[in-house]
Amino acid sequence: MKTIQVSTTINGDATEFLCGPDESLLDVLRNRLGLTGVKEGCGTGDCGACSVTLDGRLVCSCLVLGAEAEGAQIGTVEGLAQGDRLHPLQQSFIDHAALQCGICTPGILVAAKALLDRNPDPTDTELRYWLAGNLCRCTGYDKIIHAVQAAARTMRETADAQG
Amino acid sequence: MPRDNNDTRVFKVVGTRPPRPDGIDKVTGRAMYGADVTAPGMLSAQILRSPHAHARIVAIDTAAAAALPGVKAIVTAADFMAQDDAGLDDILVNCMARDVVLYDGHAVAAVAATTPAIARAALKLIDVTYEALPHVTDVDAAMRPDAPVVQAGRANESVPAGMSPNVTHHCEFGHGDVDAGFAAADVIVERSFTTAATHQGYIEPHACLATFTGEDKADLWCCTQGQYNVRTVCAALMGMEASQLRVTASEIGGGFGGKTTVFIEPVALALSRKAGRPVKIVMSRDEVFRATGPTVSSSIDVRIGMTRDGRITAGEAVLRYSGGAFPCGTVDMGAQSAFAAYDMPAVRTLGWNALTNRPKEAAYRAPGAPMAIYAVESVVDELCQTLALDPLDVRLKNAARKGTLSSYGPTFDDIGLVATLEAAKAHPHYHAPLGPGQGRGLSAGFWFNFGGNTCVSLNINTDGTVGVTEGNPDIGGSRAAISQMAAEELGLPYEKIRTIVADTASLGHNDVTDGSRVTFAVGLATIKAAQDAVAKMCARAAAIWGIDPDAVEWVDGAAQPCGPNAGKFPPMSLAEIAAVSFQTGGPIAGHHEFNADGAGVSFGVHLVDVEVDRETGATKVLRYTVFQDAGKAVHPSYVEGQMQGGAVQGIGWALNEEYIYGEDGRLQNPGFLDYRIPVASDLPNIDTVILEIPNPGHPYGVRGVGETPIVPPLAALSNAVSRAIGLRLNRLPMSPPRILAALSGS
Repeated sequence: MKTIQVSTTINGDATEFLCGPDESLLDVLRNRLGLTGVKEGCGTGDCGACSVTLDGRLVCSCLVLGAEAEGAQIGTVEGLAQGDRLHPLQQSFIDHAALQCGICTPGILVAAKALLDRNPDPTDTELRYWLAGNLCRCTGYDKIIHAVQAAARTMRETADAQG
Repeated sequence: MPRDNNDTRVFKVVGTRPPRPDGIDKVTGRAMYGADVTAPGMLSAQILRSPHAHARIVAIDTAAAAALPGVKAIVTAADFMAQDDAGLDDILVNCMARDVVLYDGHAVAAVAATTPAIARAALKLIDVTYEALPHVTDVDAAMRPDAPVVQAGRANESVPAGMSPNVTHHCEFGHGDVDAGFAAADVIVERSFTTAATHQGYIEPHACLATFTGEDKADLWCCTQGQYNVRTVCAALMGMEASQLRVTASEIGGGFGGKTTVFIEPVALALSRKAGRPVKIVMSRDEVFRATGPTVSSSIDVRIGMTRDGRITAGEAVLRYSGGAFPCGTVDMGAQSAFAAYDMPAVRTLGWNALTNRPKEAAYRAPGAPMAIYAVESVVDELCQTLALDPLDVRLKNAARKGTLSSYGPTFDDIGLVATLEAAKAHPHYHAPLGPGQGRGLSAGFWFNFGGNTCVSLNINTDGTVGVTEGNPDIGGSRAAISQMAAEELGLPYEKIRTIVADTASLGHNDVTDGSRVTFAVGLATIKAAQDAVAKMCARAAAIWGIDPDAVEWVDGAAQPCGPNAGKFPPMSLAEIAAVSFQTGGPIAGHHEFNADGAGVSFGVHLVDVEVDRETGATKVLRYTVFQDAGKAVHPSYVEGQMQGGAVQGIGWALNEEYIYGEDGRLQNPGFLDYRIPVASDLPNIDTVILEIPNPGHPYGVRGVGETPIVPPLAALSNAVSRAIGLRLNRLPMSPPRILAALSGS
């Protein structure tokens, strides 16, 4: 099968890659571009470990073809921190012990950020349903919920201060 | 071992909640897990798996696959040497079927190729001729004398004559006159239970990268709970010397016991040796479910006698476990733990293991205990209902405590069960009102905990910082806890310590990360290594001061003269001693190696409120509180995390998770869509109450905490559902269809 040339923007950087027509965006990100922060837990869209944003929309990158990224803006966990300054969600996950093994963490951070971008002040129920597509087997979700809510408070306060 | 005045000791670092050392790597995506590494010239391998539950392999033709461009190596059982040791040979046969496939998903061949796509295409070109054999996947069916035989000749000497050839193991525990005990009872309840096999459900599939660098020399990177175990097993299977196989544990994306195993590593090594190139294998989720360790499935009978005022007079349990297609001893731990929470005059448990055409069992968090204790705690709850007694009062009345002869033999030392029950009784959760259609359940739980072989080095760097080198993969924050204990013992700030997990060439043997052993045993070795380093630093200071080393003591991170007769010298800090170490005898390091004993047992009590939807059969968990004795919580956030995570795995086991086999013996739900683990929207917050009853076997009082919390949820949920719907289900999981069936049957 002939490969396809794709021009895209990943975490703000213009990026070009070649991929097979049947190759998932997840495989492109991990195997061709070295973005191994994007994790594969199932390959069938059930676990959310490979969550990225595609033009601002939260998707499982295992369910997207690499070729579909043409002209799109892709966001991965590698793009959350600004240099050595962690995103408030990242800092909150460390502060609240919201990760144990950490394999689901990149996907959950990307998913949580996608929620807070839309809804800066979610209820716990809204948050729990939003994250229902991101499996975590270690934490029982309790500390994840607390960490996201604490980050949301920090982000709201920052926004108000800049407001 | 004497405690260091635990009850009065004021800790500076232990008990605080510092950030974990691997935190930034894990929130930025930099942490390297099993599938995240590559090597120059690397090949990708795929494994062909049996579509049959049980079949003879008549022939395997790999010629067409080998001829496919890009295919560099193919292996089958013919490429491996049979092992004299039965346990090792079982591991090998599980990695690659020899003559017979024993379960749906059993590996039969593997291909290494230049790309994953070529390897997948090559699998389709391998022609395997099977002759189907009768199969059995249910433990009770497998124990019948006329059952299809999974493997013959595998029974050990404990099994009496006349049993099904599938029965491989028998055990018996207990004490006292059980018949007399039942005769003294006012009420006797006897019930039978079944529990489904469940999977550990770690989100990271197994992955490894094997690189042969010479005929008999290789490096192996893999996600594992124990790199030394991987080395021991793989070196034996590959006919290598242990020193020539260096195994490095990646960051691990969950294990829960399921990565104390070897599945793909020997296959990758064999392919790499044959191809002369690095070989990477990453399992798919389908492979993880079909071919890696679920826990045992079980069928259990429990009989308990009680007096009208709630005193247990006797208990008896018969446990039938199946650990899949290979002999399995997990039933021992079920039979030992079933009645561990009770002080009983008479108790007897009998255990049986039977082979079935299912994947080889792997440990899952407190292996063997959850199902046994589920059965016992369900019967205790029914007795409480029958006699109109408070379930916490009854457990307090019969609770095991210091001096109790346990149901499995030893006499308990300081244990926290009574304190844990009392904490539950005093908690507002236990007294909160319930709405209509709601029920509250509780259960006690227990795990032995384990110590084991451990080796730690602690290096004093010349700039006054410290490196701790340990050998146990960090599965839930243990590097933080070990750094805390090193800091505590040395009198340094936490930030001065860096703890790393070493490869097998860098440190002596360490048992796998299991048995809730790491914070206890590696922590204890770290404390001892720190004490060793402190003794050396005191000696250096003594030499500088020209006084006897015994006249120097270590206080708050510095050596100082001990008492008025030692001489007047200002204290020398660790940094000051380290800075001049090259002039006083060379580098300073502490070591400790031992087979750790004294892991204190751990008890927990869980309280849960549920509401059952009578139209859908769905159970909603409304409120959940975990009470557990941690001995001493080194990093309380990660102790809470263990309690919460274990509770939720248990909730999944109770309500949804199960291996479902069809009539054809094939697994019907090998994916996260159909094998449904709890998601965030299924759950409330999981509240935690940590009790600290110091373990006499650890200088800080630490007990393992990781496994106990998966034990109580099964019965706690079952008891809550029973009270909510007025019916007792004696089968797990209590999935919506089962609850609906039970309700319509009433």
